[in-house]
Amino acid sequence: MSGTELLLDYLTRYFPILLFIIIALAFGVVTLLVSYFVQPKYPEAEKLSPYECGSEPFSDARMPFPVRYYIFAMLFVIFDIEVIFLYPWAVVFDKIGLIGLVEMLVFIALFLVAYVYAWRKGALEWD
Amino acid sequence: MAEVGLKLAFSLAQIAVVMGIVLLTVMVLTLAERKVLGWMQDRMGPMEVGPYGILQPIADGLKLFFKEDIIPAGANKFLFSLAPILSLVPALIGFAVVPFGPSRTVELFGYQFQPFVISDINIGILYILAFTSIGAYGVILGGWASNSKYSLLGGLRSAAQVISYELNVGLAIVGVLLLAGSLSLVKITEAQAGGFWHWYVFAFPFPQIFAFVVYVISAVAETNRVPFDLPEAESELVAGFFTEYSGMRFAFFFLAEYANMILVSCIAAALFLGGWNAPYPGTLLPENLAWIEGVVWFAAKVYFFLFLFFWLRATLPRLRYDQLMRFGWKVMLPIALGNILVTSIAAYLFPKG
Repeated sequence: MSGTELLLDYLTRYFPILLFIIIALAFGVVTLLVSYFVQPKYPEAEKLSPYECGSEPFSDARMPFPVRYYIFAMLFVIFDIEVIFLYPWAVVFDKIGLIGLVEMLVFIALFLVAYVYAWRKGALEWD
Repeated sequence: MAEVGLKLAFSLAQIAVVMGIVLLTVMVLTLAERKVLGWMQDRMGPMEVGPYGILQPIADGLKLFFKEDIIPAGANKFLFSLAPILSLVPALIGFAVVPFGPSRTVELFGYQFQPFVISDINIGILYILAFTSIGAYGVILGGWASNSKYSLLGGLRSAAQVISYELNVGLAIVGVLLLAGSLSLVKITEAQAGGFWHWYVFAFPFPQIFAFVVYVISAVAETNRVPFDLPEAESELVAGFFTEYSGMRFAFFFLAEYANMILVSCIAAALFLGGWNAPYPGTLLPENLAWIEGVVWFAAKVYFFLFLFFWLRATLPRLRYDQLMRFGWKVMLPIALGNILVTSIAAYLFPKG
């Protein structure tokens, strides 16, 4: 296929997806809007206060939270990028033969080193 | 120009049908879940609205539609309104690349169309993974914007859980990609034709049974369902990240959860259980009606997974949060990695074709 045909092919394949995204967004926004106009609105201070089992809310809800969440988020980012590297390799696996296999085994070995390190350091412990 | 118009009209019709079916299935599921749970606990389930309660979802939907949307004091109004949409839209648009039936083309006014998939792109799986990750933003933003302690805790927990298990989903899929050699769900499904022993869960050279188990468990965790429903654990966090939501915004989170359940069931069926392929070679119906068989098999497999979600909910108690994270990182991840290693060596020793 020539460059223009390839581009055209891509556009016809991806355009329905763009269309779907627009329609799904429109569905969300329009439903919320229509609901906004038909619903009752009786705001009052008690009703609007955040739920805390019926007692008076104390302090701001946006308090500091444990650093654990942050560590897991970082681990996720690192490991997920490594997983994304595996995808193209898996797709062309038939064509790259032994070299491809060995290279990826080395890559997974490095992945395992990082994983074992994180485990031994206690980064995977929640408490 | 006529071609563009025609293709546009065809795509619009497809999108309308797919969204209609998904939303209708969500309605059926809300009732089915309560009914199945009821029967499993020797109860009747909803019986009041309509015969045997079958109109219950419509009553629920109407009620939520006309309810007041409360924005709590101190909430970030913009993010609070954005979050439900942000979690619903990714759950819906994932269906754009799912093949619901045999990949045949029909000719309409001289042009070729694929009736059972909105768009067969060659990065199908990647597209779904990318967009389902965005759903996690809806959860964490909703939790943060509400200015409620329960919501914040629920949102944080949910985000940590979703990303942990998404990793396992990503790793479990690699095994299938190794055997199929494509990221397109249409091609992956086609490669499993010709009987259940060609489905990747049983396939030569290395059955993806471990990947399948890892995928299903992680999918349950990713959709925040029992026994991994800690983000909305009602006995400790009230309702988790949507504690402060009401009316239609609450309904959107609900819709998103059920749409996500259908989506992960569709992917599980397509990747591991052969999608629309029947468990026997060939077709029972004549050639021009074979697509009915395909669609029915696909629906049957998807509903099997959906039933599994309800079954788990009726059977298992909830995990503790540290157990959940340990299970994800220390049990599922090594199994998924080991599966990749063994599958790649097996696929090298027994190349296909």
